[in-house]
Amino acid sequence: MVRFENVGLRYDTGPEVLKDLCFDVAPQSFQFLTGPSGAGKTTLLRLMLLSLKPTRGLITLFDRDAATLDKDGVTAFRRRIGVVFQDFRLLDHLTTYENVALPLRVQGRDEATYRAEVTELLRWVGLGQRLHAHPQVLSGGEKQRAAIARALIVRPELLLADEPTGNVDPPLARRLLRLFMELHRSGTSVVIATHDLALMDQFADVRRLVIGERRLTVHG
Amino acid sequence: MDDGGPGIGRHRREVPLVPVASVAARALVSVIAIMTFLASLAAGAAVLVAGASRDWQASIARDATVQVMPAANRDVEADVARAASVARAAPGVASAEPLSRDRSAELLEPWLGSGLDLADLPVPRLVALKLRAGARLDAAALGAALDAAVPGATLDDHGAWRRRLSAVAGALVGFAGAVCALVLSALGLAVGFATRGAMAGNREIIGVLHFVGAEDRFIARAFGRHFLRLGLQGAAIGGGLAALAFPLADLLTARFAGDAAADQVGALFGTFALGPGGYGAIASIALVTALATGWTSRRIVFRHLRGLE
Repeated sequence: MVRFENVGLRYDTGPEVLKDLCFDVAPQSFQFLTGPSGAGKTTLLRLMLLSLKPTRGLITLFDRDAATLDKDGVTAFRRRIGVVFQDFRLLDHLTTYENVALPLRVQGRDEATYRAEVTELLRWVGLGQRLHAHPQVLSGGEKQRAAIARALIVRPELLLADEPTGNVDPPLARRLLRLFMELHRSGTSVVIATHDLALMDQFADVRRLVIGERRLTVHG
Repeated sequence: MDDGGPGIGRHRREVPLVPVASVAARALVSVIAIMTFLASLAAGAAVLVAGASRDWQASIARDATVQVMPAANRDVEADVARAASVARAAPGVASAEPLSRDRSAELLEPWLGSGLDLADLPVPRLVALKLRAGARLDAAALGAALDAAVPGATLDDHGAWRRRLSAVAGALVGFAGAVCALVLSALGLAVGFATRGAMAGNREIIGVLHFVGAEDRFIARAFGRHFLRLGLQGAAIGGGLAALAFPLADLLTARFAGDAAADQVGALFGTFALGPGGYGAIASIALVTALATGWTSRRIVFRHLRGLE
């Protein structure tokens, strides 16, 4: 599904911030992407999301060389990927419902065709009573769940989540992780960037992609 | 699944993706309103001047004057009567009335003072011609006939006046058109700056839209709709105020009729009654302003997004 071969990234003429990345993400797989803060987890997710271009190496996404994609091609691929940002990136002037429905709306779908779907998903993540609330009045955990719901609404083939449990207490973090597991069991590949070792230890058998010293190693 | 549950119906009308209420948006609405107002005033003034010019020219075109120069050893009264008779016989002339000696003295009074005795001066005598509506006067033929019948008689068909009026009116209309074009160009620049400002202010929204799979066309359309809405608001306010300004000016000139300044304004513009053509021009300017606002911003956003690649 995703393959990185000898991928390196540098900004302008600076040193490489990531070098010789070689790994793949198989269909219907589940993995943590981990490493110390500032190691490059978010940068790697941005490479996978095609919002950054590597300075060398080959990224293959859904069996296509990412370098050959034009802008419309990138957009088409992004519609197959769900992403949860560390800072949620909910739009403040839209309600929870409208934020979650956004990926469907940008595809030009009529609201009547997805209303039930969005409402059901929001109930599933425990936001059934917060449909019309704006992000400003949501708690950190509620925002997190709204951001996750927005990533899931398109039934993505690949889910990228950046520190999705970083802003919630441990019980909610475990609940959210179980939600990702459930999604994985339904057929989605999941990559979760986190530096929460305690949380990862509760899922000891899960594959880990570890970034350190600008390189990536695969465990498990 | 209760998809029509309480409150869900509220979402039937999609919320704009670009936030509507902001200080910049309100400022842009004000700028568009002022620009539309000024452009509409210029266009309305052009319509009024063009209309007044047509009226002046039509009025002058219905009149002509025969001038009879007094000459030694000739009876000027007889020459005037003969000239009037020749003029009456010409095709297109409805009437030819010689101006009496007293009336001629009245006309010269502002320059020569009262109590004038024209018999002491070699003052030309006039015959006022009225032309039939729609008829064309053959000025050259009538001039030749007058010259043959009464030596020293000349015909003035007011052509020189008509040409001057036409040139002045044309210049005024051109000036108003140029003002209109300048105002609309300035508006285009203001919309350009506002669009770029809005994009900078909404960079996060653009980023999120990209990440959730929005195409550039979709984002450009969202911004275009946002600015079209602002353009419609501003243009409606500016155009509406301009449409009210003309009847108000008409009321004021009627109220101050007799006052020297009001009479001068009235002489230039006639009345301030715009008529359907004038209001149509204002509505067109407002519509063009709103559409141009939406279109300009959409193009700028689209170009900017393409540049992000």
